[in-house]
Amino acid sequence: MSIKRSLTSVPLKLSTLLMLFFLMLGTQVFAANPEVSDSEEAIAAGKSIFNANCKTCHKLDQKSVGPALRGVTDRRSIDWTKKFIRNSQALIASGDAQAVAIYNEFNQLVMPNHEFLSDDDLMNLLAYVEYGDKADAAVASAGGEGSVAAGGAGIPSEYLTIILAVLVIVLLLILIVLGLIISILTKYLKTQPLDEADQEFINQKSDFKKVFRSDAFVIIITALVVALVVKTALDELYTIGVQQGYAPKQPIAFSHQLHAGQYEIPCQYCHTGVEIGKSANIPSANICMNCHMHIQNVGGKDGISPEIAKIYAAVDENKPIEWVRVHNLPDLSYFNHAQHVAVGGVECQTCHGPIEEMEVVYQHSTLTMGWCIDCHRQTSIRTEGNEYYDKLVQLHSGSKNALKVKDIGGLECAKCHY
Amino acid sequence: MKENKKTYWKGLEELTNDESFVRNAEREFPEGPSNLDGSSRRDFLKVMGFSLAAASLAACEAPVRKAIPYVNKPVDINPSIPNYYASTFASGGDYASIVVKTREGRPIKIDGNELSPITKGGTNAIVEASVLSLYDKQRLSDPYINGEKSEWAALDAEVKSKLASAGSVKVITNTIISPSTEKALAEFSAAFGGAEVITYDPVSSYGITKAAEMTYGSAILPTYDFSKATVIVSFGADFLGTWISPIEFAKQYVQGRKITKEKPVMSRHFQFESNLSLTGANADYRTPIKPSQSGLAILALYNAVAKQAGATTVSAPAVEVEYLEKAAKELWANRGKSIVVSGSNDPNVQVVINAINDLLENNGVTVDFSRPSHFRKGDDAKMNQFVTDLKGGRVGAVVFFNCNPVYDYVKGAEIAESISKAKVSIATNGTMDETASLVQYVAPDHHYLESWNDFNPRKGEYSLSQPTISPLFNTRQAQESFLVWAGISTNYYDYLQENWRSSLMGTQSEISNFQEFWDRSLFNGVYSTPSTSSAISGNADVAVAASAVAKSYKADNAGVELAVYTKVGIGNGSHSNNPWLQEMSDPISKATWDNYLTVSQKWANEHGLKMVEGATRKAKITVGDKSLIVPVLVQPGQAQGTVGLALGYGRSKAGRVANGLGVNAYDLLDSSKGFVNFDVTEGVSVELLTDTYKIAQTQTHHTYMGREFVIQEATLADYKQDASAGRYKPQIYKEGEFVKPSKISLWKGHQYSQHHWGLAIDMNSCIGCGACTVACQVENNVSVVGKQEVLNRREMAWIRIDRYYSSPEGASSNKELEQAADNPEVTFQPMMCQHCNNAPCETVCPVAATTHSSEGLNQMTYNRCIGTRYCANNCPYKVRRFNWFKYHDNKDFAAVNVAQNDDLGKMVLNPDVTVRARGVIEKCSMCVQRIQSGKLTAKKEGRKVQDGDINTACATACPTDAIVFGDMNDPNSKITQMLKIQEDTISAVKEVNEERAYHVLEEINVSPNVWYFTKIRNKDKSEA
Repeated sequence: MSIKRSLTSVPLKLSTLLMLFFLMLGTQVFAANPEVSDSEEAIAAGKSIFNANCKTCHKLDQKSVGPALRGVTDRRSIDWTKKFIRNSQALIASGDAQAVAIYNEFNQLVMPNHEFLSDDDLMNLLAYVEYGDKADAAVASAGGEGSVAAGGAGIPSEYLTIILAVLVIVLLLILIVLGLIISILTKYLKTQPLDEADQEFINQKSDFKKVFRSDAFVIIITALVVALVVKTALDELYTIGVQQGYAPKQPIAFSHQLHAGQYEIPCQYCHTGVEIGKSANIPSANICMNCHMHIQNVGGKDGISPEIAKIYAAVDENKPIEWVRVHNLPDLSYFNHAQHVAVGGVECQTCHGPIEEMEVVYQHSTLTMGWCIDCHRQTSIRTEGNEYYDKLVQLHSGSKNALKVKDIGGLECAKCHY
Repeated sequence: MKENKKTYWKGLEELTNDESFVRNAEREFPEGPSNLDGSSRRDFLKVMGFSLAAASLAACEAPVRKAIPYVNKPVDINPSIPNYYASTFASGGDYASIVVKTREGRPIKIDGNELSPITKGGTNAIVEASVLSLYDKQRLSDPYINGEKSEWAALDAEVKSKLASAGSVKVITNTIISPSTEKALAEFSAAFGGAEVITYDPVSSYGITKAAEMTYGSAILPTYDFSKATVIVSFGADFLGTWISPIEFAKQYVQGRKITKEKPVMSRHFQFESNLSLTGANADYRTPIKPSQSGLAILALYNAVAKQAGATTVSAPAVEVEYLEKAAKELWANRGKSIVVSGSNDPNVQVVINAINDLLENNGVTVDFSRPSHFRKGDDAKMNQFVTDLKGGRVGAVVFFNCNPVYDYVKGAEIAESISKAKVSIATNGTMDETASLVQYVAPDHHYLESWNDFNPRKGEYSLSQPTISPLFNTRQAQESFLVWAGISTNYYDYLQENWRSSLMGTQSEISNFQEFWDRSLFNGVYSTPSTSSAISGNADVAVAASAVAKSYKADNAGVELAVYTKVGIGNGSHSNNPWLQEMSDPISKATWDNYLTVSQKWANEHGLKMVEGATRKAKITVGDKSLIVPVLVQPGQAQGTVGLALGYGRSKAGRVANGLGVNAYDLLDSSKGFVNFDVTEGVSVELLTDTYKIAQTQTHHTYMGREFVIQEATLADYKQDASAGRYKPQIYKEGEFVKPSKISLWKGHQYSQHHWGLAIDMNSCIGCGACTVACQVENNVSVVGKQEVLNRREMAWIRIDRYYSSPEGASSNKELEQAADNPEVTFQPMMCQHCNNAPCETVCPVAATTHSSEGLNQMTYNRCIGTRYCANNCPYKVRRFNWFKYHDNKDFAAVNVAQNDDLGKMVLNPDVTVRARGVIEKCSMCVQRIQSGKLTAKKEGRKVQDGDINTACATACPTDAIVFGDMNDPNSKITQMLKIQEDTISAVKEVNEERAYHVLEEINVSPNVWYFTKIRNKDKSEA
């Protein structure tokens, strides 16, 4: 009974967790100024204005370059808000205490003027700010736990190991219990009067020594041991040169979790070569400087972060930053990012794993040839809209299966080795 | 069936079926096994066992590798994406408009610039190889004063003050074709009291310019146009290989040699020469003559033509020259569309040549003096005067502007002795060569790939060169040095622009903004002014010239004569420190790493010399009081009574590659007649010594074991009758009938659903120049192995040019051998992996390291190869190469394989191609890296691959478009149309309807994807 309970309880717990989050979602309520419309059209119109003008520096429910915006109409008057959006500097110059406070709080970063926005525009914008995209808020407030639960559709591997361990323990317990029962029964039978045959049966000693010495036993055990050793050795040999999980310390503690995860900077913004050439490119320091010209510290802290200071040093001294290469393909294989990303439309995460969650980048995949080939066997080609594949699609049209990479020579040697 | 009864042979040993040739030809691997420094097989296994264990242990700990980005990434440089810059190769007067491919800011490959009206996208071996000289460690890294490293400021201060008080200043240079350089030199000259600029050329064309001066009043070279000539007569001018502007001439020449069923016409080419040259090898009628006869032969031609034209003839001693009458007749019949050229440096001979072209009305059509070329401006007379002045102590200061007369001028030794007599001596040479090492100040120039410059190779034609890399060393552009010394502070780039603004901007009206004009010219690499021709007139007295010629040439010279020539790969020797050029086998002799005395078979027989597989003896050649000891090479086609010797060898200070290779033939030249004479007809004696020597010749390596029909050829007359003339069509008996070999196969046959790559090689267009072999070496990181390994038959070239001699019958006696080798026909056949559809190599590989792709390629996977060499053994074309050694990062090969051994040399490697390790087979991949990249570009743009998007390195380099690469599945591709493939099929076996197209060794039905087109000779009848 206990086993069954422990097995079923896992998904149960997960679902309760999930339910809890959705409940929380509903309970999170912001107060908003009643003047602000909550009509669908206003929110939609506001969203497009927000995306065009505000998104770079603001988020609805999180502090970004500028403050989180939701609830602003509750905190400030609508008039004040409009003035601030149109021309924050004028408001600050006029000595408005609230404006000066927020200016100082955010490192005296100047917010651009938006005098081109009409009153209606601004009202729509505020509608979006107050009522738009509430799911974001839920995820943001749920934080780290939420993402784990969200991914828990199947049984996570850690649970599987625990289940297996429990099973083994239970089986062992059963074995011991059975042994105990046998010994108790034997003792009991010995006290009973029995006929000769039964007597003999009970008294027979299982001669373990004889079993151990038997040829069959020795051969089986030897074979098992040899097989185990060979298997371990082969497995070990196969891992030579495989650096899965390799996470070297980098000269700058750059966090993909922060940049790609939290701030959702697209990968291509820094890895400029990924759609044009073989190398994805480690960004040059001048690309870092596009943002870090303004952002000198993390989490809105004052001063210059020592890690960010390293970029400034590199630029000042004109000395490149010597990153440690994480993904080392051997020279004998040719890999081209553009083929996979621009032509094949493969997501970065397919090979690089959950990069947006990595504080320190590690090698997610094995990068072995078997791993490449597996993917080439299973992946369908993105042929639509690409005239290059027309003839191949036409020739393949008779087949029931999708056109896979392997069907057009994706397993051939000279695709990667030359 | 085959009609001609010719015997084809690559070397004399094959013709005579010599024992050692047969032994090697029949062995699986004539190159033999290799020992590790004399250790035994047992030791090898021990070492191997240990290193395996060590390697597995070491492999557990992967080394930390860095990924270092730019600090500021330049906008137009993306790692892994090549950039191309139009530029210009110029070395003295040798000229080619080029496109430089750079990767991550490093020039790695040079291609021809198709926009150039002169070289039209062609290159040659020297141009292709010049990218490696950029990364030559022999280049000077700093300025030098009296042999000590110094600073520019110190050098400038000293040079300026010393020049000012030196007295007469002379600038010695090779031909300058750059107008801005000339202007800068003029400024320098003006600053130092009219310093004289004296031009000489190591391989001089003074005879032509002097003759032009005598005939037309100005010392110029004409513009030649071989494309308009239907009859070509050349007296010793190797215009396809080395003469003046060979890339340009090859482009023109081949227009008259391309032949189709629809247009079965072709030019006829007569060659009269002493050494078998590349041009002679391509001639329809070739007559070996002695240099001493050449002047008389030209007079005889003049008289024959004059007789027909009704002009006055000149008196000349009679001379018997085969085909001369025939040539005269055909020239006259094709007057106005024929051409006569001579390689002679004798002005009187060239006057007669001008007169012949005048009589033939070729002037202004094929030989155009109204549009002068500037490739050669050397003045032998002035240079001789300079040497006399220098010896007499009348030269105050001498500046050697990127020239090396101590090595490459006939009186080099005298210059070397007297340099110290000049108060000031300066050189701008980039290396510490024979001349630079003797001067006080060396102000090293940039390499041309680091420099700005302009060029004016021909009246009205301009081109630019631009830096493709920042200067690697502390060098300074020589033009800038001259400006600095002249007290002008403008940098040369601004100076150059200013010169274009003032002199060229006004020649066009299309663009009004100078920057736009400049940018466009720089982008194109070339700029042509609207055509202008200067009127020329004048007539030299042919009779005077003729009588001078008649005096100095003899019809019956009994003594040995020396004809000095230049090799296609080495040229005048200024690029000889380039291992790619040294290892490129000479198109004719197929020898590498050496120069040698070429002698005729008759001479060899008389002296009891038998040359087998490169093993020969040395000889002592004496000219006047100078003598050299040099190995002898028996050269079929060598004129009787002559010997040949190549320039460009015998360097003592070229650098570690070229130092000590061969002998310096410049020493033997004769300048007694006021011009540098490359034909030494008097006072030559040759004495065969007993010392033995081995010349690393590749001609009998990789032989076809006597299989016939590898070469298929016909005469033009036969071709007109039957387009499939000369074709051998093997038939196989099957079930009661004879069928084509391709109809019988064990294989199911491949299907190529998307692409079917192939090559079509026109043996009529291939002139054998070898540009493709060097281009392949550069593109595919092919190792250089050095002379000893070539002797061991281990050269690594992926593409070779098989040169076949042919003669009517096989020879069995010495007498017949002489006749066969006297004047053989020559055929060139580029040979690379044939990418067979039924590949014999693929079936024998035990580890599937060589496999077939779905695009028709035979793939070689180095990382899978274990080196059994079964594939090489089973390859009928002998195109697979085994890495006997680790050629990279190996000190034993550091001196020859510089591109893979030092840090600087490695910068030239193509990053898209693996450098192969020891113990694996490699071979032509049909430039699969280019195919993959071309396909990717098409895919990214969402379109089909267009014909021309992708091209192999060999086809790109070919100056005669003899190699055509393309997709045989694409009905619009050039290759499909050439082969006349009509059906649209994805089958590997295509029905080819072009009658000339054939497969080498069709009878074994390996079904190659490389097609050859029969060789057609414009001969009246088949004769050898």
